[in-house]
Amino acid sequence: MSTVKQRITTTSGFDVEKARQDFPALHQQVRGKPLVYLDNGASAQKPKIVIDTISQLYAHDYSNVHRGVHALAERSTKAFEGAREKVRQFINAASTREIIFVRGTTEAINLVAQSYARNNVQKHDEIIITHMEHHSNIVPWQLVCEQTGALLRVVPINDSGELILEEFEKLLGPRTKLVALVHVSNALGTINPVRQIIKLAHAQNVPVLLDSAQTAPHLKVDVQQLDCDFCAFSGHKMYGPSGIGVLYGKEALLDAMPPYHGGGEMIKYVTFEKTEYNELPHKFEAGTPNIAGTIGLGAAIDYLTGLDLDAIAAYEHDLLGYAAKAASEVPGLRIIGTAREKASILSFLLEGVHAHDIGTILDHEGIAVRAGHHCTMPLMRRFGVAATARASFGLYNTREEVDALIAGLHKVKEVIC
Amino acid sequence: MSDLRDLYEEVILDHNRNPRNFLNKPDGTNRKAHGFNPLCGDEFALHLVVEDGIIKDVGFEGTGCAISTASASLMTEAIKGKTEEEAYALFDKIHKLLLQEDRSADVGKLAVLAGVHAYPTRVKCATLAWHTLHAALESENKTVTTE
Ligand SMILES: Cc1ncc(COP(=O)(O)O)c(C=O)c1O
Repeated sequence: MSTVKQRITTTSGFDVEKARQDFPALHQQVRGKPLVYLDNGASAQKPKIVIDTISQLYAHDYSNVHRGVHALAERSTKAFEGAREKVRQFINAASTREIIFVRGTTEAINLVAQSYARNNVQKHDEIIITHMEHHSNIVPWQLVCEQTGALLRVVPINDSGELILEEFEKLLGPRTKLVALVHVSNALGTINPVRQIIKLAHAQNVPVLLDSAQTAPHLKVDVQQLDCDFCAFSGHKMYGPSGIGVLYGKEALLDAMPPYHGGGEMIKYVTFEKTEYNELPHKFEAGTPNIAGTIGLGAAIDYLTGLDLDAIAAYEHDLLGYAAKAASEVPGLRIIGTAREKASILSFLLEGVHAHDIGTILDHEGIAVRAGHHCTMPLMRRFGVAATARASFGLYNTREEVDALIAGLHKVKEVIC
Repeated sequence: MSDLRDLYEEVILDHNRNPRNFLNKPDGTNRKAHGFNPLCGDEFALHLVVEDGIIKDVGFEGTGCAISTASASLMTEAIKGKTEEEAYALFDKIHKLLLQEDRSADVGKLAVLAGVHAYPTRVKCATLAWHTLHAALESENKTVTTE
C-alpha cells in the first residue's frame, strides 16, 4: 500500500491519504465494512473545514445579510460577499457582478431559460442541446419552447458517447438562438469540446450556456478563457453544502435580463406604481439567501484551491484509467461511455444483472454506487438500456477502493448469476 | 452475506433466471396493463385472459431487476386459475406482507418476497407487478407507476 501511495504522490503531487483525513464521513463502517464512497457524481462528502465554517457561523457570526447595521449583520455580510469573490476567482470571472447565487445547477438553468431565453426566442427559433443532457438541461428548455413556440434541436452522439460535431455544425443556423450543453456528462464522463463549440456558436452570434455541475469538482473552469456566456454549477458536488449553486453570466447579458423572482433584496426602490430593481448581482437574488450554504461554498473553494485543482485532476485521471482497465477485465462487464476525453465517471452494465441489484449487493460490501438512469433518460434510450450502474470518483478515492469495487462486482455475479 | 440471501432467496434467483409465463402473450387476452417504475426504469406489460371471472391464462414481458422480475414471475404462477376475487385478495395480502403490516398472511411460496421488506428502496421493485395486476383486473388499460 505504501508503494502505491508513494507512486501516486510522485506522479501527480497529490497526497490522497492526507486528503482523506479531511473528510470525517469517509471514516466509518457500513454494514460492517469500511465505507467506499463512489457516488460523488450525485453528491460529494464534505471536508471538515466546510462543516466547521458553517457551525462557526451559526455559533458566532450569523445574521441576515445586507440589511442590518449591527455587528453580526456586518460579519455575515462580509463572509457572504467574501464567498462571492472566492467564486469569482475560482472561475476567473471578470466581476462579482457576474456571480449569481442560486440553489443549484437546476435553478441556474431555469433562471436563464425564463429570464433570458423566454424573452429572446420566438416562434420557429431554435434552442440546441445535446443527447447527453441531464433532465435539468432538457426540461427548462422544453418549457420555454412551449411558452414561445421555439423548437428544441438535439446534437447526436456516437457509440463512444462523444458529440458528433459535424451534426452540431449542421444544426447551428440562423434560427439558433441559444446552445445549452453539459461540460462533463454525469452519466458517461465525457468531457465535451466546449471551447470549440463556443467558438462555432459565437461565429453565428449564438450564446452558449454550460452545465458545469460535473466539471467544477474535477477540472479548472475559466469562464473568460472558455468565453462561455452562462455557466451553472452546484456547491454540493464540489465538496460544499447542498442548496447553494452558482449562475455565472456575462455582465452585458445579465444586465439586459429582467429579474427572475421578485421580493426583498432585488429592489432599489418600491412604490405601488413602480419598482426600481437593484443592481447586479442582487437583481437576481430575491429574498433571504442561503447564507450558511454560500459561506460554506466559499470554504469548499478555499479547500479545493488549497489542494491545487490541477493536481487533483491528474490524480483522478490516473484513478479513472486504473478503474476502467480493471473493470474491463471483469467478464460480462460493458462500460457505457468510452470517450477519449473523460473525467471521474465509470458507467457500466453487467451481463445478466440489473443495475439495481448491483447497487444493493455492493451496498452490502460497504460500497456506495448509483444505479438508475442518472436523470438522463434520453441518453439511456440512446444506448438501449433502462439503467446503468455508475461509480463516480472524487479526490479522496483510492486504488484500494477501486479494487474493492471490482471484488464487489465478482460478488454480485456470484449472488445473481 | 447471510442477510443478503434473505433478499436474494434461491426461489427469487431461480425466477429471475428463468421467469415463468414470460414473453407469453396468450390468445384471447382481454385485460392488460403496463407497469413502470420511473426511479429505476423497470417496465412490465401484463396480459390476462379472464373468462367467467377466472384468470384462465397470464403472461408478462419487459425488463426489470431480479426482485421485480421474480415477483412478476411468481405472481403469474400464483394467479393462474384463480378467480378475480382471489387475485384481489392475494394482492392485498402481498401488499401487507411487503409493508410488514401483516406477516402472518398465508401466501404460500410467495412468502419468499417477505425479505424485501428489510430493503426499503427495493419494496417498489416487488410491488410493481402487483400494481400492474390490479390495474389489469380493473381493466384500466393504462400505465401504472410505483411512484
Ligand atoms: C450534469 C448535471 N447537470 C445538472 C445537475 C443538477 O444539479 P442540481 O441537482 O444540483 O441542481 C446534475 C446533478 O444532479 C448534473 O450531474
